[in-house]
Formats: sequence, structure tokens, C-alpha cells
Amino acid sequence: MRIPCPYCGDRDSQEFVYRGDASPVRPADPAEETEFFDYVYLRENPAGPIDELWYHAQGCRNWITLTRDTRDHAISAARLTSEGKSA
Amino acid sequence: MSRLSTGGLIDRTRPLKFTFDGKQYSGFEGDTLAAALLANEVRLVARSFKYHRPRGILTAGTEEPNALVTLREGARAEPNSKATAVPLYDGLVASSQNRWPSLGFDLLALNQLASPIFVAGFYYKTFMRPAALWEKLYEPLIRRAAGLGALSGLPDPDSYDRKHAFCDLLVIGAGPSGLAAALTAGRSGLRVILADDDMAMGGHLLKERSEIAGAAGADWAAGVVEELASYPNVTLLPRTGVFGVYDGHEYGAVERVSDHLPEPLPGQPRQRFWKIVARHALLASGAIERPLIFPGNDRPGVMMASAVSAYLNRFAVAPGKKAAIFTSCDTGWQTALDLQAAGIGVAAVVDTRAQMPALADRLDLSDCVVALQGAIVDIKGSKSVKGATIRDGSGKETSVVCDLVAMSGGWNPAIGLGSNFGNRPVWSEELNAFLLDKAPPGFSPVGSAAGRMSLTSALGDGIRAATEVVQQLGKSPAEMAIADVAETGGTSENMLWVPSGIEGKAFVDFQNDVTASDIKLAASEGFVSIEHLKRYTTMGMATDQGKLSQLNGHGLLAEETKKTIAEAGTIMSRPPYTPIALGVIAGHHRGEHFRPVRHTASHDWAAENGAAFVDVGQWKRAQWFVQPGETEWRTSVDREVKATRGGVGICDVSTLGKIDVLGPDAATLLDRLYANMFSTLPVGRARYGLMLREDGFVMDDGTATRFAEDRYYVTTTTANAARVMQHIDFARQVIWPELDVQATSVTEQWATYSIAGPQSRAVLQALLPDIDLTNEAFKFMAAGEYRWRGTKIRLFRVSFSGELAYEISIGANRGRQLLEAIMEAGAPFGIVPYGTEALGVMRIEKGHPAGNEMNGQTTAGDLGMGRMLSTKKDFIGRAMAQRPGLTDPGRMSLVGLKPIDPAATLRAGAHLLAKGAEPKAANVQGRVTSAAFSPTLGYSIALALVTGGQERIGEEMLLNDIVRATDVPVEICDAVFVDPAGERLRG
Repeated sequence: MRIPCPYCGDRDSQEFVYRGDASPVRPADPAEETEFFDYVYLRENPAGPIDELWYHAQGCRNWITLTRDTRDHAISAARLTSEGKSA
Repeated sequence: MSRLSTGGLIDRTRPLKFTFDGKQYSGFEGDTLAAALLANEVRLVARSFKYHRPRGILTAGTEEPNALVTLREGARAEPNSKATAVPLYDGLVASSQNRWPSLGFDLLALNQLASPIFVAGFYYKTFMRPAALWEKLYEPLIRRAAGLGALSGLPDPDSYDRKHAFCDLLVIGAGPSGLAAALTAGRSGLRVILADDDMAMGGHLLKERSEIAGAAGADWAAGVVEELASYPNVTLLPRTGVFGVYDGHEYGAVERVSDHLPEPLPGQPRQRFWKIVARHALLASGAIERPLIFPGNDRPGVMMASAVSAYLNRFAVAPGKKAAIFTSCDTGWQTALDLQAAGIGVAAVVDTRAQMPALADRLDLSDCVVALQGAIVDIKGSKSVKGATIRDGSGKETSVVCDLVAMSGGWNPAIGLGSNFGNRPVWSEELNAFLLDKAPPGFSPVGSAAGRMSLTSALGDGIRAATEVVQQLGKSPAEMAIADVAETGGTSENMLWVPSGIEGKAFVDFQNDVTASDIKLAASEGFVSIEHLKRYTTMGMATDQGKLSQLNGHGLLAEETKKTIAEAGTIMSRPPYTPIALGVIAGHHRGEHFRPVRHTASHDWAAENGAAFVDVGQWKRAQWFVQPGETEWRTSVDREVKATRGGVGICDVSTLGKIDVLGPDAATLLDRLYANMFSTLPVGRARYGLMLREDGFVMDDGTATRFAEDRYYVTTTTANAARVMQHIDFARQVIWPELDVQATSVTEQWATYSIAGPQSRAVLQALLPDIDLTNEAFKFMAAGEYRWRGTKIRLFRVSFSGELAYEISIGANRGRQLLEAIMEAGAPFGIVPYGTEALGVMRIEKGHPAGNEMNGQTTAGDLGMGRMLSTKKDFIGRAMAQRPGLTDPGRMSLVGLKPIDPAATLRAGAHLLAKGAEPKAANVQGRVTSAAFSPTLGYSIALALVTGGQERIGEEMLLNDIVRATDVPVEICDAVFVDPAGERLRG
């Protein structure tokens, strides 16, 4: 599988570490315990497109947000996570 | 010999000797093993999987289910090699499999007599009870009686290579459509890879007598290959099978670099694994001929019609002296023509159809029985065909004498690779075969793989498909024209013929011995889903993945269940398309190259000084240093601990993770990463820090040192170096991207040594006379950047051993030099090097938690560090660490253990029980995480996690070790065994 790293270009997926669903946002402290619980443990698992986090551990060390379809692994978008949510 | 006097694509000037089952034979360069065996009139080559039926050669390609042999001997022996795909070489040694005592006389063929009970689902029905006997008795017996070849059990002497390649167009298969496509793309300037399983490129052009542009098809193919070879943008990969399609336009292929040679040439791998990334791929894999189902269709001498033509035309071998043809399409008639052209008599042509095809006009039918709407209903002969019984349309039976039966049931496009992505093939009413409806992205079938069966249409389809790819990539396609195609093989419809009312053993799946009656039985027992049928009968589950059997079986099922084939459906194939050796997947990753090895800067010094090494992740670390006369590891470790605590020792700690954190927001980031405070740390000071995971459990510990307001240096444990780096990057890029801070790993940039013991200051002062190292000037937890012999060093007063201790870092390239200088400066003080074992003993003596305690299930409180959690700031893990379950005072927490009997040994992993409690899981109140013999105290000590922890100090418990069957009475004590007040490290 190839991952389109916005910094390095198309690279082998073996260079990356997978983290999963990119949607949880860390609650600003102080927060209800339930908010942190959701942030730490609850993940979406859709059959379809999902934004998810990959870390280019053996490359540029950027965290990348990919939009990947879980049904066929088609990757429709990739951006540096540090640049914030895109439209 | 049955070698024809002329013709073929063999080199008669290069005879090759080989042996099969110990007997000497000879063949020619260009033969496959199967061709050479047939040329020597060897027809019985194998025994079948279940019934041990005599089997011969059925096909002339990689779809072969019968002719599996063990190739080579000793460590290079490779079982289950397909004789039809093995190129002959001089000195080849092959032997038959799955027979005893010999191929000709196989006692296990008695299985055939018991065949009425060996039906579908036989194992499930027969070996149910008693269940206990399955593993001990039934399975070993069955495994011995049924099966294929055996592995040598010896280490593989050959090497395997791996290559990654990128191209615009990958063409899978070098038959007519593949060659036409590669030529179009190659001339148009695309980067092309053309891969073909065979030793020679040309596909069916090599096997038939068709003509292109006035030349024999094989000559045209050779010309195209020669032209392609001249293009720098084209890579030709003969003897290369593409075995799988993967996400992201990736393809796996195995190139058999040396398998056509007795052994690899010096410096050459046996095989090469290709990982190919192709913008487009064309599946030009051709089509596979379907067998017909009739009793005795597995007897040696019954062959696929196209295989008979291939042996005649490509190898100049007559697979028999008198043939009968059984066909449901024109292919059989073409084979009859090929046979007569080679001077071999045709005793009968049996066609399931009502009309003779146009091809028949060219056949000499003078001595030939022709039966229309007919079938072969019996085969005479066991180890080879001696005759056939034919039933014609009127039901009249005739017997003919023959030693060869050529059968053809039409053609299946070879679409296996295209269904790798979970695309279920769909039935084409027009073609009477399954075709790809949907293909993986950037992948399309061409030629006969796409159902375009004639030579003309296959060539045209290859050009069309490649032209489209060229245009898609924005290039201009070369003008292509392939003229004067003289076809062979007729133009019949591709009918699927399924017999009804068969008596006797008619095989559907030759490799797994599945018969037509097994399919019927399975259907009658309710296994009517195609996937259930497959698993119940094992049809299509052999190494050929049912390339020959699948459709016939599905046709029978459709017939039984009164469904159409379209409704019954078909299965999908999975990688590998043809079996591949595990060795080629492993490649170079075996033995010492199994994974990368990391050496510290002073690795060689340690080796020269008696170090025994231990693997810590990829690192090699000195475990202890053996001195002359030391025969037990404990002697070395005890000496190192005593020498360090009593004088001075030095330890290479370069493997600890090291991370530079830089930027105006460095302090803020560290405050959020660590449970304790770092923004208050003065410049020139180090501080111990604890990191939690966001779920509140301990992640890692280490020190962070502030070298400037905006510059910190963080250390991690060896094991967690990569994980902490990732964690820091996550925090600064994902959680708080607004922070202006950078982080970079410098683990490999610095060599670091820990100098510990009461004499460490004196040694260091001798090494660095210009630095004031007095306790007042360089306190505990002081740090600074200095120079040694002109090179920058970092000096820290930190201690893991509990002694007065320093860590000194220098650029890794000067690590060994610095170590040697320290040893020289320390010689007058009796400095000794110590390894990870002494380091571990000293940290247990000091009660420092390490990986065994920070195991992902412990909280800061469990490890006695609950007070480190800052209440003044947010940090990762803060919120979740406050959950009731994580702060419950009843949790197991860290204590020390000492034996009541000082001579007793404590061991890690043992469980703590209340005195007198029964040793069972419910009574376990704690367990030992780390244990060691303390040379300082003179007895065994341990760290343990115990329910109630500190509150139980002084209590006696029983240390129960079920695995080693020992019970040791112990006393719970404080985890810090040596210098609990910490006076030594501050002195």
C-alpha cells in the first residue's frame, strides 16, 4: 500500500505507523471525566471514508491526516495534521 | 523414445542428462521436465493425494495438478514442483512423491478399495469419536497416508533477493495480447515491465502452429522480445510469476533467477521477490483449458488437448502413439490435426456437439471413429491408458485402442489475479465462462483473459489496451499494425459440457481427489453454497486453487441444484496465484540479518574487554564483562556491583533515548508531556520526569535537562525511545500545533557513559581538571556543556545506581576515545566496566522501577510516585489518572521483598500468598516483578506489586512459584534496600 505523504510524496505504507480515527479532539482542561473518556476510548469505525492519523515514523516524522475508504482502501485526501482541519 | 524427428523449440545440439526416481534419462535444452519425461515415455509420474491413484502429466503449464515431483536432493530438495513448469537442466534430479514403497507399486493405493468411505466430508464423519484420539492417532495417520512431498528439514543453502520497481505499465503474461501491449507501450516510450511465468516468452504462440506476418507465431514472438529487449524503458522478466495484486497499485512477483540451473551461479540469488508499483497493469494471462468429466479421466495418458498440441509443437514430443479425442469445442479437432501432422494416428474423435466443425474437413478420418453428441464413458488401463469406450448420440458403445486421450471442455479466462481484491467474477452467457466484472484500480484484463479468445482479437486487444494507457498518461501512442494473422484452433462457441449419470470415478479436482459423485453427495447433504461446497469437498482448495476444477464443479452443482451457473456463482482466488517459496518472502531477513543490529560507539571496546552481549530491542548491550578466571556470570556481576559501590564503575548507557526539544514553547510542551513540572527547572539543572499515557497509566520515565531557556534535552528508556519520540511529535503536531517547538531524536548522535561510585568524582576530575566538580559547584542534578580535548561534551550529575554518579556524553564518533580516556584516568582508582546486569542489580537495590514495573498496567501511585502528579497544570494523562479505579488504595503497589531464610532465592514471576492460603488464582495478593541477588546485602531481594503495598511492610507472606515448584517465605519491606536516605548520591 502507498501513502501519499504531503511532505515526501508517495511512500510505502511500511514507513508509517497507524493510529486510527482522527476525529477525537482532546478536551480543554478542566473537562468532565466523560469527555476525556470519550476522547481516549471512543472511536468511529465506519464502512466508508474516514479521516485517520498516520505517522511517517521512517520518513519526515510528520503526523498525517488521511481520508481513507475502509471498504477499498482508496485514499482521497492527505494533509499535514499540524496544519489543522481542512474543508 | 517418442521424440519427433523434426520441429519444436528445443535445441537438439544441447542434450541434457537427468534422473527421475534414480533412473537416468536425457532431454534437450528447451524442454520442461514433463516434456523430457514424455519424450522418454515415462507416463506414470505421481500418486494422487487421497486415493494414491496413478497419475501422469495432464497439462503443459503452471496449472498442473498431477505431475508434482520433488526436485533436487538434500538441502535443495523442493517438494511439489510442477514437472510441467520445471525447465530441464543438465544433472537435474527429480523423484516422485506420496508413494510407498515405489511409484509403480504403491501399497497405499489400497485406499482405493476403501474409496466408498473416502467420500466428501469423510474426515468429519469418521473421526468424530472419541475426540481425544484426533490429535494423537487419527491426524498423524491421515497425514502420513495423504499428502504431497516432504520438506528436507535442512537449512536452505541459497539466498533470496528483493527488488522494488516502479513502472507505467506492468504486463502480466507474454502471450499474443501481452506482447502486443508491451510492444505498443514500449514503442510509445512508457516504462514497461513484462513478466511471464514461462522460461520463454510467447505464451500460446509457442504451442500452436499459427502464423503472424508470414512467420511462425513463435518466431514473431521471438522478434518482438528482441525488439523489446533493445528498449531501455522496457524490463523483461521471464520465469517471473506475478502472484498477487495489492492496495495502491502494488504487485508481488517472484523471479526464478536460478531455478533453471543446477545451482545458483556465484553471487546470484535463487529467486528474487519483486514488489512492483505500476500505474497501470494489464492482465494478459491468457486462458486455461477445461477438462471434461468422465470415468477414468485421471489415468496417465489422459491429457488436456492443448497440452498435447504443446508437447507436439513446442517440444517435438509425441505423448502417445494412438490418440482418442474427447472435446466439446474446436480445440480437440485442432489437436487431432496437430497429431496427424506429426504422424500420429487418431483412433477416434468424440464431440459432445451435434455438428462436425469446419476444421474436420482438413482431418483424415479414414481410420477414425467419429462420435457426435457422444462421450467417453470408460478408460481401459490403470497406470497408463490402453483404450477408451465411446458412447455416441444413439447410445451405442464402441471401444477403441489408444494410449492417449486428449480432452477439451472449452476455455476459462485466467482471471484469478483480478479477483484478489474481492471482486467476484460474473458469468458471461455469451462466453460460457466467468469474467471480471470489476477489477482492482488501474488493472484490466486483455486478450483471452478478457474473453477475446481468437489470436486476431487477442493481438488487437493488447494494442487497444496499451494505446489507452499511453493516452491516459499523456503520451502519444505509436502506430501499430499486426498483419497477416493465420489462426489455428477454429472458431467454436465456448460451451460448458456437464455430464449426467456418470458411473465410476470421474475426477473434478485432480489434486485433491474430488470426484463428480462427491459434488453430488455434498449437494444432497445441503452444501449448496459454492463456498460451503468448496470447504466440504475440498474442491479448489489444493495448491492449484482449482484452476482446472472450479468451473466443472460449479457446473455439476448447478445441475444438481437446478440452478444456472450464474446463480451458483464462483469463488475468488487469493494470493499467491501459484505457490511461492517462503524463503523468497523472508529474503535476506534470516539468521543474523533477521533484523537490524545497532551497536554503540564502544561496542568493539566492550567486545575486546570480555563483554557478554544481550539484545535490548535492536541494540547489543554489554551484559557483564568476564575477567580471567570467572566462569559463572554471577561472579562477574557480583564483582562489578561491589567494585562500583566500593570504588568506581563505568557503564555504556548510549542506548537510552535522547531527544532535543527546542523553541520558545519548549517548557510549555514539557509541562504538558510530563506529570511533573519542567517550566520551573533552572538552566543548568536536570530533573527526573514521569510521562503518563492519556489513559492515566505510566508510559515512560527519564530525565530532562535545561541547557537554555528554550532548549531542553530529554532522555527516555532504551525500550521506549521510538515510542516517546512519536508521542512528543503527536503532542506538538496533533494536540497543540499552535506551540512553537521542535523536537528531534539525537539518540545515535551522542555516546553516553555513566560513571558511578564513591570515586567517580575523583576519576572525572582527573579527566576534566579545568571543571570545578566539587559538591558545592556541581550539585546533584547539575548539568552543563563543556569541552574535552576540543570536542563538545554534556555532563550531568544523575544517578541510577544510587551512588555518587555522573553521565558524560560526547559525539558518537569519539565515544570510544572518551571511554578509553576515562578508563585511563580511572585506573589508579580501580575503575571497572559494568554491564546491564550489574546496572539492574543496583537499580533493584535502590528500588527504582524499570520496564518490569512500568508495564503499561501500573499508575504513578502504584510505583510510589503518586506525589509527582502536578495539581497546578494540565498534562497528558492527568484527567484519566484520577479515575477511581486508578486511585483505589487497594491496588497492588510497589514494595520490596526479602527472604526469611537468607539462603533462599527469590524469582521474578512468583506469586504472593497469605501464609497458609491455598495456592490458587483467587488467593494471589501480589507478584514479583524483578528479583536479583544483592551482593551488597548478601542475599536475594525482589521488587513486587502487592495489594495494599506500603501498609503491609513487615508482614510475612509466602512466595509461591508454580512453574518452578518452590515456596519461599518472605518479608515485605521498603523497596529501597540500599541507602534509603539517599546520602550517597548527594555527597
